[in-house]
Amino acid sequence: MTETVPARGALDRARAVAWLQEYGVYAAVVALFAFNAVFTPHFLAADNFRTQLVQVAPIVIVSLGMALVIGTEGIDLSVGSVMALTASVVALYLGYGALPAIAMALLAGALVGAAGGALVAVVGVQPIVATLALLVGVRGLANVFLPQLREFTNPTLVALGSEAVAGVPIVVAVAAALVAAVAFLVRRTTFGRQLVAIGGNRAASRLSGLPVRRVLLAVYVLSGVLAAVAGVLATSRLQASDPTSLGLFMELSAITAVVVGGTPLSGGRVRVLGTVMGALLMQLLQATLIKHDLPQSWTQMAQAVIILAAVYAARERR
Amino acid sequence: MTAQTARPAPPATTAPTSRERAGRLFQRHGALIVLCALLAAGTFAFDSFTTPANLGNIATASSFLAIIAIGMTFVIVSGGIDLSVGSLFALGGVLAAYGSRHGTLAALALPVAVCGLFGLVQGVIIARTRMAPFIVTLAGLLGARGLMLSLTDEGATTYLVEDEAFAAIGQGTLAGVGHPFLVMLVILAAAAVLLQRTGFGQNVYAIGGNEDAAALMGVPVTRIKIMVYLMSGLLAGLAGALNAARLSSGVTILGIGLELDVIAAVVIGGTLLTGGAGGLGGTIAGALLLGVIQNLINQIPGLSSSFQQVVSGVFLAAVVITHRILSGVRHGTT
Amino acid sequence: MPVTAPVLETDGVLKAFPGVTALDRVSFALGQGEVHALVGENGAGKSTLIKVLTGVYRPDAGQVRYRGEPVAFGSPLEAQRAGITTIYQEVNLVPQMSVARNLFLGREPRGRLGLIDFTAMRERASRVLHGYGIRSDVRRPLGSLGLGAQQMVALARAIEADAQVVIMDEPTSSLQPREVDRLFAAIADLKAQGRSVVYVSHRLEELYRVCDRVTVLRDGRRVHTGPLAELERLRLVSLMLGRDPDQVRTEGLTRFGGRRRPHAAPVLRAGGLRREHVLDGVSLAVRPGEIVGLGGLLGSGRSETAKAIAGALPLDSGRVEVDGEPVPAGSVDAAIRAGISLLPEDRKAEGIVPGLSVRENIVLAALPRLARAGIVSEADVDRVVAAFMRRLRIKAAGPGQRAGELSGGNQQKVLLARWLAMDPKVLLLDEPTRGIDVGAKAEVQALIDELAAGGLAVLLISSDLEELVEGSERVVVLRDGAVAGELSGPDVTEEKIMAAIAGENDD
Repeated sequence: MTETVPARGALDRARAVAWLQEYGVYAAVVALFAFNAVFTPHFLAADNFRTQLVQVAPIVIVSLGMALVIGTEGIDLSVGSVMALTASVVALYLGYGALPAIAMALLAGALVGAAGGALVAVVGVQPIVATLALLVGVRGLANVFLPQLREFTNPTLVALGSEAVAGVPIVVAVAAALVAAVAFLVRRTTFGRQLVAIGGNRAASRLSGLPVRRVLLAVYVLSGVLAAVAGVLATSRLQASDPTSLGLFMELSAITAVVVGGTPLSGGRVRVLGTVMGALLMQLLQATLIKHDLPQSWTQMAQAVIILAAVYAARERR
Repeated sequence: MTAQTARPAPPATTAPTSRERAGRLFQRHGALIVLCALLAAGTFAFDSFTTPANLGNIATASSFLAIIAIGMTFVIVSGGIDLSVGSLFALGGVLAAYGSRHGTLAALALPVAVCGLFGLVQGVIIARTRMAPFIVTLAGLLGARGLMLSLTDEGATTYLVEDEAFAAIGQGTLAGVGHPFLVMLVILAAAAVLLQRTGFGQNVYAIGGNEDAAALMGVPVTRIKIMVYLMSGLLAGLAGALNAARLSSGVTILGIGLELDVIAAVVIGGTLLTGGAGGLGGTIAGALLLGVIQNLINQIPGLSSSFQQVVSGVFLAAVVITHRILSGVRHGTT
Repeated sequence: MPVTAPVLETDGVLKAFPGVTALDRVSFALGQGEVHALVGENGAGKSTLIKVLTGVYRPDAGQVRYRGEPVAFGSPLEAQRAGITTIYQEVNLVPQMSVARNLFLGREPRGRLGLIDFTAMRERASRVLHGYGIRSDVRRPLGSLGLGAQQMVALARAIEADAQVVIMDEPTSSLQPREVDRLFAAIADLKAQGRSVVYVSHRLEELYRVCDRVTVLRDGRRVHTGPLAELERLRLVSLMLGRDPDQVRTEGLTRFGGRRRPHAAPVLRAGGLRREHVLDGVSLAVRPGEIVGLGGLLGSGRSETAKAIAGALPLDSGRVEVDGEPVPAGSVDAAIRAGISLLPEDRKAEGIVPGLSVRENIVLAALPRLARAGIVSEADVDRVVAAFMRRLRIKAAGPGQRAGELSGGNQQKVLLARWLAMDPKVLLLDEPTRGIDVGAKAEVQALIDELAAGGLAVLLISSDLEELVEGSERVVVLRDGAVAGELSGPDVTEEKIMAAIAGENDD
């Protein structure tokens, strides 16, 4: 038996690393949750729960699109600016009613996504540069459309941001529905399967006759639409359109959620639930530090460490 | 060997096509050409544009971006990217104002040393663990911002510059030209020599062009990479210090999103994000171009300053599209 | 034996990887001032031997000696500093940097203040490269030169760095005839200076033009070393392929069944496939139920022909027809819709998606057919996957296992399943049994036979002559991108294929 010990030790280590890569983010969320349940007063109160979920919902929605893009070995830096653009568009079209305004906002998101997708899939620009140009330009466009913050009282829009159905805030319900829809898209549809295959091996996908360009274009459009949904929800919650600051740094939060959730930047895999957990972990971390009167600067430093740790752990597989 | 002789015989040396030549010209001097065109247009359109005061303003205001972009050029030419520079710029400003209590030297040395160290650590992580520069410096962006906030009681405290000599570095002028611009020119000259005329510079290009080949050709890849991120951190810290001197305080909200402006300036200047090509001349032209665009838009009544972002974004997209089309290279959909 | 003492030698070098012995006690000696050919088919161990010589791999057993001293280079860089340089097929320089900078990287001439003196560098570069027949501006980016000129720059760089041993891996694969002449002149100069060259190539004429001696490797073993001039060309080919021309007529070991003689009209016709440097008017036709072999040495245009037919390689000219209907060129999708399926040569890079499961890999191409309104029918997928896993006897822990974890043979079966699920009319198989173990090889061969018997038209590319002879009804032999011969019926013998490859019928 003694001979097998070193082999088993190595195996156990490999298994531990694999387990950590697969379930590390769930374990971290559970651990942080348990810590708060014990040490943070009122943490388990329904109110607090609701607040946390409402806060994290837009990040989750944007991260879903980001996860899809990263699954194709791309990146989308434009998501925060798309949110800002939707804030402007909503304000501009609110005169026609809430639904037309929302429709126009989603269309705007789709257009920005299509622009990024065309640059990547048709022109062949690197995703990071293509979406960087959009990040800069679209934020500017949002500010040009609506130079300053504009408050609104449209009852439908206000309700969207503040009401709850059966105790669940609409914002959270929409996020949950989108998580389910994206999970379905990735797992059950031709599009989702092709997306992952293209990220996993583009040459093989092309030789297998997959519509590589069309899928890439569609992925960026989806990311734009999801960012637009997040923008509409965040705006309705604010009860004001704020294109200057809405969605600032959202691209960083979303990339963080995706990466911490275990989706590799090298593509070929999309972890939808992992991404949700990644977003939740970051939210919980922030809430924990705030509730324990630790400065906000700690949150950012802790986030930095978590990102590095997550990517370092994922690196071992290759 | 009938098969041998039957093979088509294309010309032995491929002369560059006019399209290739136009592509290369555009990539190298595109930013400069557009800069000149904009300066000419500004002169025609606005009397208040080509005054020494206004041009001096543009030069001084662009200096900080330009200094950081010089460091970023080294990073991007080496095939990497540094997202932490905006945060380091802010951190540098706070540290300079804080250090100015202890004299001019401290005001300069503290930000440069701390931000340089930050860059060094990032470089070591990137070069040794081979983690993606994008992710490492993204963590650096958050970490540096966190550090800066914790130094300023979550941004509540603003340190004022208490050293006259230090403030003069940021505010003074020499023959009508602001000190920051002169500092930038000195750094530019040194950096240009370093990039173009030394073995170090050649190695930076080689790593960005083909890292494996560079290693085979004897380039110390790890060391060069670490140096490049160290430089980028140093210059971001220095730019932050100069800006603090100009504003007489370490402003904490500065630098947010600055890394993207810097990258845009470098890319507009013709340096490819894929690494291995580009130069400092273009980068400076790119930085000045962004400054001129901002200034011109401010001159046009009724146009908000956010229009500048739209123009920058469109311009950046136009640059990469034009380059893709002119270079005629289509490596698939990557 | 060389007249002089060997400058670089290996003594009983053994190198094994999981599942393969890449080098089985190989001894190799390179004399001073000698040009030594190193030949063998894929998997013979040439590249492993080169990697052992240049410090990429460390041998498991045996010794490497340089100038009589045992050495253990830790990296190619160390070997280079000692004077052993490799010129790779894919030029290992920096394409974006100028020619002059590439030539002198790390050894730039310095001027005042220790700064690089570009004027001097350009002048020296121009002078040096003139000697190699390169007259283009040395300030141009290296990548803008032709591949031949690039290779010459790499060679010049090595010689400038005072290399004593230059290893050339397929140096002429992308060169024009004139450039080949220049390269050979440079090799002659090297020889005259007492430097040594290891020359790896599949082009037999070239070997006979420049090389003094030859070492033939096969399956990781050295099978022959000796002066090249004394070795007949046919004998050299037979050594490389492991078939003795005198005793070819033995009963085969492959699992291919008896010959069929289908007479139906060809389902696949390809005509005049042409692409600069690669294909020079290749034409062929395959009938339903027929297996047509495509023979030739590496680099003769076999894989390119298959890729061109499958729409994955843009052509300068040529046409492909399935059932008399023209297939739009340059579109994989159109070729697939016409019923053409390609099993690519490079299983890892172009076939398997390693991170996805066996199940996903099998249905990758067929997904749209297994979906309604874009939603995949899991039941249909399960049915297809189960059917093919059973039919092809794919050994995996289950359909959910990651394809990257499977053995080579099972990965190949997964790819076959991917294409069979498309119900093709024409199956192009590029080296379907390479790098897979004996058992799986026999299974794949039996399967190919069965598919042809079922009416599929099969184009079989193989370096394994036995496989070609026993598997194919007809064999088309390529040489230098053109059809060098077509054999059918009793003419399909290893001897005749080798003769066609060696170019003996038209000399």
